[in-house]
Amino acid sequence: MSELDDLLVEARSGNRRSLSRLLTLVEEGHNPPIERGIGSSLGITGPPGVGKSSLIGKMIDVWVERGESVAVLAVDPSSPRSGGALLGDRMRMTNADSSDLVFIRSLATRNHPGGLMDCLTPMVAILSECGWDNILIETVGAGQSEIRVVAFADRILLVDGPDRGDIIQAEKAGIMELADLIVINKSDLPEAERAAEAVKSALSVAEDEFTPEVLLVSAHSGMGVEELIVQLENTTTSSERERLRVRERLISAWDSALLTSSKLDDILQALEKGSITLLDAVNSIRKDG
Amino acid sequence: MIEYRAKCSNRFIEGYHRCRKNDLTMRIVVAKPGLDGHDRGAKVIARALRDGGHEVIYTGLRRTPDEIVRIVIDEDAGAVGLSSLSGAHSVLIPRVCEGLRASKMDNVIVFAGGIIPEHDRASLYDVGVRAIFGPGTTSTEILEFLSTIEERSESGDPVGVGEEAGWHW
Ligand SMILES: Nc1nc2c(ncn2[C@@H]2O[C@H](COP(=O)(O)OP(=O)(O)OP(=O)(O)O)[C@@H](O)[C@H]2O)c(=O)[nH]1
Ligand SMILES: [Mg+2]
Repeated sequence: MSELDDLLVEARSGNRRSLSRLLTLVEEGHNPPIERGIGSSLGITGPPGVGKSSLIGKMIDVWVERGESVAVLAVDPSSPRSGGALLGDRMRMTNADSSDLVFIRSLATRNHPGGLMDCLTPMVAILSECGWDNILIETVGAGQSEIRVVAFADRILLVDGPDRGDIIQAEKAGIMELADLIVINKSDLPEAERAAEAVKSALSVAEDEFTPEVLLVSAHSGMGVEELIVQLENTTTSSERERLRVRERLISAWDSALLTSSKLDDILQALEKGSITLLDAVNSIRKDG
Repeated sequence: MIEYRAKCSNRFIEGYHRCRKNDLTMRIVVAKPGLDGHDRGAKVIARALRDGGHEVIYTGLRRTPDEIVRIVIDEDAGAVGLSSLSGAHSVLIPRVCEGLRASKMDNVIVFAGGIIPEHDRASLYDVGVRAIFGPGTTSTEILEFLSTIEERSESGDPVGVGEEAGWHW
């Protein structure tokens, strides 16, 4: 048996150290001894600072109160310059560090080519295999490239704030189309209700049975959080959104393959010199990967 | 690479070297045990470590020693930096060290920062703290400490909280 097999056996029997170690190895690119595609995760995304982590903290309280366990993978960007990262999400999940029903792992994006974070899929499988009832992935959703992270989740909760700028940002980034459920956080602030109306009217353009619900919550007061949990239980994704997520994953895998191709330098040089066209370049990469 | 990791016992992130040679990334928990309500110093350290290329898990204020140990385990961190201002260090920092050893996290590196009087330091080194950084410490010095840890790890010298005491920065 390999180190990973041993760790999985121990992690399954509830050993947190082994679980934690196993996740590290998977993050570093080792293949976990586990079937693909088991486990279901909820992605939680939205503009920076809207209160995603604080809200997760409150959601954790509700689940723990019910006796359900929660595991969170909290993703934050690595600095492109130093390669380091400041991972501060768990700071907001304040009651989480003492309950055996909660496991939080902070992850840096590590500047993978194409923004590919395909370690998330096996991590979710491992957490599920180890019996975690609710598995969440938190990630900032500000731009096109960040959508690629949350696209690895099976359902997506978009968290927005009362600030109009935030909502426009989410709309522009195309996260709105991916969301299975939307909440406006900070409902304790006066602008929240208006923001919810704005989001609803943006959605109503193509309203059908799959149009996501829009709820108001406050991670500060806890208002609306229980309702959110209940709503989540009744929220499924649509095949259309499933397709969009799979598409994002494929695009990031494709970009990753391109950016790590051994021919990349030669092709870039040829393009610079003008000796090949863009179409030639694409064809040449396609031919043998 | 795998052999190297085994030798330096999981302290560094595999396959994620930074720009400079021989310069590995660590996962470091920065925590502030105790009840005093301000964490400017801890944040400064956290940012300095990030800019030095490390992944810093910042826990915020008022964590108990048990919680800090739990965070180090769940985050699979190679090091933990404890910031103390209130005089809590003489009780809380040793408790974190004991907790780590009790959880078989002997290879984790513990360092401290903040206001820790000279006469309290020896006892902290005795319980496994490997460096104490006072208020005026530069970020370069903290990064130098971590590079030294890396070198010592490589040659098999003790640096972890549960490894032979004696050496400190
Ligand atoms: N008024 C109010 N402030 C909130 C609420 N939820 C969060 N905040 C504040 O918003 C700020 C950001 O909260 P976080 O939970 O860190 O937000 P985040 O979306 O996880 O942030 P990033 O991960 O950095 O993108 C903090 O200062 C919170 O105290 C809320 O419901 N009401
Ligand atoms: Mg956050």
